[in-house]
Amino acid sequence: MAGTAVLGTVTWRSASVVGLHDETPTATTLALAVRDWPGHVAGQHIDVRLTAADGYSAVRSYSIASAPSADGRIEITIERLPNGEVSPYLTQQVMNGDELEVRGPIGGWFVWRPEQTGPIQLVAGGSGIVPLMAMIRSRATVGSTAPFRLLYSVREPGAIFYRDELRSLSERRDSLIVTYAYTRVTPKDWPRPAGRIDAELIGSGTWPSNLQPSSYVCGPTSFVEHTTDLLIAAGHDRERIKTERFGASGERK
Amino acid sequence: MSSSMNYLDGNAAAGELSRIFAMDITSAEGQCANCGAKKRFAEAHLYMQCPGLVARCALCGHVLLRFTNVRGRVFLDLRGMTYLSVDTAPQEASN
Repeated sequence: MAGTAVLGTVTWRSASVVGLHDETPTATTLALAVRDWPGHVAGQHIDVRLTAADGYSAVRSYSIASAPSADGRIEITIERLPNGEVSPYLTQQVMNGDELEVRGPIGGWFVWRPEQTGPIQLVAGGSGIVPLMAMIRSRATVGSTAPFRLLYSVREPGAIFYRDELRSLSERRDSLIVTYAYTRVTPKDWPRPAGRIDAELIGSGTWPSNLQPSSYVCGPTSFVEHTTDLLIAAGHDRERIKTERFGASGERK
Repeated sequence: MSSSMNYLDGNAAAGELSRIFAMDITSAEGQCANCGAKKRFAEAHLYMQCPGLVARCALCGHVLLRFTNVRGRVFLDLRGMTYLSVDTAPQEASN
């Protein structure tokens, strides 16, 4: 729901898990029904707080994956980190009906609003796809024809989030263009060897800089540094590139 | 991974800072007291490996903000910014 007043501090709200499914072998999407959810803008995140019986609590930030909607429901997708404190619980133990505490929506900078009609370049590294997927879904929900392009870097084909949905969205008219980059393992007969995004892939897989797209880059810090430098080298204006870094560990505190 | 890659964006501080600011500070513009750069706070480099938050200028590395929250008391040091300019026009769901 747009147009919500912003005065007043953001408070913790209770949320129930109303759906969950595996996105990949290591990532899970949770659907949450949040009490008094004020609505969000694509790209925003929430903080999730878990409190143990002894009072110890841990807070982590997760990007919202779902498009804005008025039904008080949001989805987050969580990558399980082997030594994580929170993500193993949220991906392996949580069940339908469980209650969590969430704070948000948070952040008014790394967002895409339907009023933006110019070309958009999205660049995702791994689970950095999540807030960009909210933008893609938001665009589809409101029927925007803003030219969207996604360059999505993953370790291997099995690590792609939202694969079927991305395929069906990219097959529609006025649709988005998706380019995959595989860093470790490629699909069979893939034309490009596995490797990081390079200048050549920026050239073939993103909007040319003379279109002056607004770019959103999200992923681990090193990925964001690397690809932002490549975009600037390809002539993109630094002022039109927004970034969201997940840090070296991938789990934001 | 080098320690220089151990930072996030100012964005990531939005949740903690919402405890004391009524508006979204991450989309506010701040000026670095050292190099004079005017950037959105969301663009600052944020370090969270400490007991609190430290935000540094993305251009010169100067400390813009320190924030700790220990034993029920928040400590905020903003001297690294000469100003912080917040848009008070009605925004949409940008808390």
